[in-house]
Amino acid sequence: MSTEVLSEPEVTLELALEHGLTKEEYGWVVTALARTPTFVELGIYSVMWSEHCSYKNSIALLRKLPREGEMILVEAGEENAGLVDIGDGLAVAFKIESHNHPSAVEPYQGAATGVGGIQRDIFTMGARPICSLNSLRFGSLDNPRVRYLFDGVVRGIGDYGNSFGVPTVAGEVSFDPSYEGNPIVNAMSVGIVKVGETASAIATGVGNPVYIVGSSTGRDGIHGATFASEEISEASEAKRPSVQVGDPFTEKLLLEATLEAIDSGAVVGIQDMGAAGLTCSSCEMSAKGESGMEIHVDRVPIRQVGMTPYEIMLSESQERMLIVCEKGSESILESIFEKWDLHAVQIGEVTDDKRVRIYWYGEVVADVPADHLVLGGGAPIYEREMERPAYLTKTRAFDPESIPDVTASDSADVLIRLLGSLNIASKRWVFEQYDTMVRTNTVVGPGLSDAAVVRIKGTNRGLAVKTDCNGRYVYLNPGKGGQIAVAEAARNVVCSGGLPVAITNCLNFGNPYKPDVYWVFKEAVEGMGEACKALNTPVTGGNVSFYNENPEGAVFPTPTIGMLGVVDDIEVQTTTMSFKEEGDVIILLSPKDWIHRNDINGSEYLSVIHDLTAGDAPHLLLSEEVDVQHTCYTLIKKGYIRGAHDVSDGGLATCLAECSIASEILGANVQLTATKNTRLDAVLFGEAQSRIVLTVELRHMDSLRAITDENGVSATRLGIVTEGPLIITVNGTEAVNLAREKMSTVYNRAIPAYMN
Amino acid sequence: MQFGIIEFPGSNCDHDAYYVAKHVFDQQTSFIWHKDHSIGDVDVVIIPGGFSYGDALRSGAIARFSPIMKDVIRFANNGGLVLGICNGFQILCESGLLPGALMKNALLRFVCKNIFVRPENRTSPFTRTLDSDSVLQIPIAHGEGNYIAADDVLCRLEDENRIAFRYCNDEGEATSESNPNGSARNIAGILNEAGNVLGMMPHPERCAEEILGRSDGAMIFESILVSTGVPV
Repeated sequence: MSTEVLSEPEVTLELALEHGLTKEEYGWVVTALARTPTFVELGIYSVMWSEHCSYKNSIALLRKLPREGEMILVEAGEENAGLVDIGDGLAVAFKIESHNHPSAVEPYQGAATGVGGIQRDIFTMGARPICSLNSLRFGSLDNPRVRYLFDGVVRGIGDYGNSFGVPTVAGEVSFDPSYEGNPIVNAMSVGIVKVGETASAIATGVGNPVYIVGSSTGRDGIHGATFASEEISEASEAKRPSVQVGDPFTEKLLLEATLEAIDSGAVVGIQDMGAAGLTCSSCEMSAKGESGMEIHVDRVPIRQVGMTPYEIMLSESQERMLIVCEKGSESILESIFEKWDLHAVQIGEVTDDKRVRIYWYGEVVADVPADHLVLGGGAPIYEREMERPAYLTKTRAFDPESIPDVTASDSADVLIRLLGSLNIASKRWVFEQYDTMVRTNTVVGPGLSDAAVVRIKGTNRGLAVKTDCNGRYVYLNPGKGGQIAVAEAARNVVCSGGLPVAITNCLNFGNPYKPDVYWVFKEAVEGMGEACKALNTPVTGGNVSFYNENPEGAVFPTPTIGMLGVVDDIEVQTTTMSFKEEGDVIILLSPKDWIHRNDINGSEYLSVIHDLTAGDAPHLLLSEEVDVQHTCYTLIKKGYIRGAHDVSDGGLATCLAECSIASEILGANVQLTATKNTRLDAVLFGEAQSRIVLTVELRHMDSLRAITDENGVSATRLGIVTEGPLIITVNGTEAVNLAREKMSTVYNRAIPAYMN
Repeated sequence: MQFGIIEFPGSNCDHDAYYVAKHVFDQQTSFIWHKDHSIGDVDVVIIPGGFSYGDALRSGAIARFSPIMKDVIRFANNGGLVLGICNGFQILCESGLLPGALMKNALLRFVCKNIFVRPENRTSPFTRTLDSDSVLQIPIAHGEGNYIAADDVLCRLEDENRIAFRYCNDEGEATSESNPNGSARNIAGILNEAGNVLGMMPHPERCAEEILGRSDGAMIFESILVSTGVPV
């Protein structure tokens, strides 16, 4: 057989540099092996020590995040996803991950495989995915290339998730020129598993057979992890073959077979093959088990003839898993995969010498120490140089008095423009392409509440879940912006009736070797950590995506937060944003002694109306945020609240308009009072945090007051729900008087106008 | 009552149909594996939604060759009740139990949302108890739900009262705006000649409980139970 004869390039420093290793790193490899690495070994080191797999430039900072809590069953980084005990003997496995680079060159497959990859992280733990979320960011839709990316990403997410059969229930989509050429595509999955029935990514038990299961292995995705560890450039188009190709049908079969296999007791350890494929799974499982592994790559089922051991080890073909089987249970495992018409081929066994040894027709082609390759073992850890970015001096110097305020006569027009701006407008065009209901657990799907609510069958409980981040805030004040990302995600969960319990995060930043990018990264991570501590939502894991740059510079720093909340009683607590009943009282829940702040910092209003990304991030004090969220959750739990919606992009006026639009029939009569020196635009469109609009039945007002007083939180009566238009007066002067139909039309047509 | 839910590789609404039959209506319910040759002793077969065989070639085109389909066809021809939902409807068309075909949606995009349908037939076991004066709000979720058949077939379906549901607006008018996928004559579901086989694109199993926002779909299951003499 010609495939047995190997002719591989000679490994030199130059070749190592081409593989993305530094001279210093290559030196460490040579020292560890006490010889020149083989070509396969060079490939293994280059992917394992890539930014994507090793987290070498981020892990030192990530380890400072709060990661402990009484509900946390698996500490961040220990398994493929975070695991949280939610009571009733159930646990939730959840994680978010980026697929930005592949989506930038091949949006459909890039996004699709992002969805597939995150699902495998969940079901490899023995959890059945119950819902998916995502977080998407693009440049301006005026650019046809951006429309192509947007359309492809949405189709990719839809086609993969719809076929796989897990509902996509929530997410966010935003647009800013900084994402031109480098879209952000983050996918999140949430799964349920019984406590104590999870599987682990570990290789133990000398002599236990190692199986590759699922799809056959092809040449797709070779060096995908390395590709994700460099900047997008004009040359990136040539990396299109680095993008994997997804097959949701096979993934669905793999899901069912994997859960059956774990349930059968035949599985000792299991890990999905994502970035760096067979290399990463074999090294990480060995290192975790303090064991080793012998792999015969010539036994791996391949889909293209002539594949070399280098290619097989580095392939990122999708829908594959590596399983360590209990010796003696081979036939159980094989029969399950046969039932589902999938490969299950024994390719090696567990050893005890802590080395991963790769054979090609009996000949050793790689022999590497597992622990030296992995994060937490010998993989490099760096703290990079930092420098406060120069742009901050300019953005902070912004003086609101340099721009004209809105007037009572033009504020309605401004509100209409905001409702039609892409970041605020309805995302119906997107989420109607996703199956949001399959598996019949979706109690609140997209567009109805600040977070989605899914039930857990067989209980009264549910999960409230949301992804959130405002990249503009993080750009303007990385520390506070990082805090707001967590605070707003938690507030969203609270508004839909859940108690926030933990987060996963996806940190999308520029090139970490640029000192200003690294400074922003550090500040944002610290801000997130402070908010997680204050809100008691520990970090369970996630993903770092650096090198999100295009020729114009870095994207807005975007630490996407995936928030998990628990709804104790879905019948009582599930809450949506819409106005419900004429005559209901509209309340603004806000921090103690609150007055309308003179704060238009970082607002959508400044961006849309004045084309400015300027100022600080809007006001946030974590202690205030904690009080407001706690009070809102208490009120909802007691059953006093008819509707809840947090004040975010577009400010209070936009928030009220959205409650009206969502009701499909109702409007409101609202009177606002502000101090004399407060700008009208700040009152209507300012984005100061920690504010929630509630609607309450009149008869519950006294009970509500008792609770808000007790908690030291302001509850300002703004007005009442009516069957008429949305009328807002400020200090007695009418500023907004808009028919719901008019607002609704603008809000619903903005994205279709570009895309249909 | 014994419900049997067929499981093809790629079915993904199988558990949803099972849950409604078993836990909402408290009926005996079992899964039937596609590689089996007999459906066993069941009173109603549900072919659930999903992407059997990944919709390779055409949706439903491969599933019809699964071993179990021979017995489903036998069961249907003997008068057994068969309900095909979404991908199940596509499979019923491919297997010849129902006429016509389901093409890509007119807008060439997958669409998932609540729509309205008007019951047109009040005699079949699936629709007997429905009120033809009122509309049902039911979710759809498909990329290929654009029903097509030759004109003479469409006329026959109408003449023989075999159109089970038409897409309509909230006032029951079958307008082109209320047609979510371009289906001929707003057809959302059809019956076979004997009335014991129903294929429909909307998902009644997704709206059979109030907690999911709406329970109009429960009426179709109730009709099945009433028709077979089960007290509801």
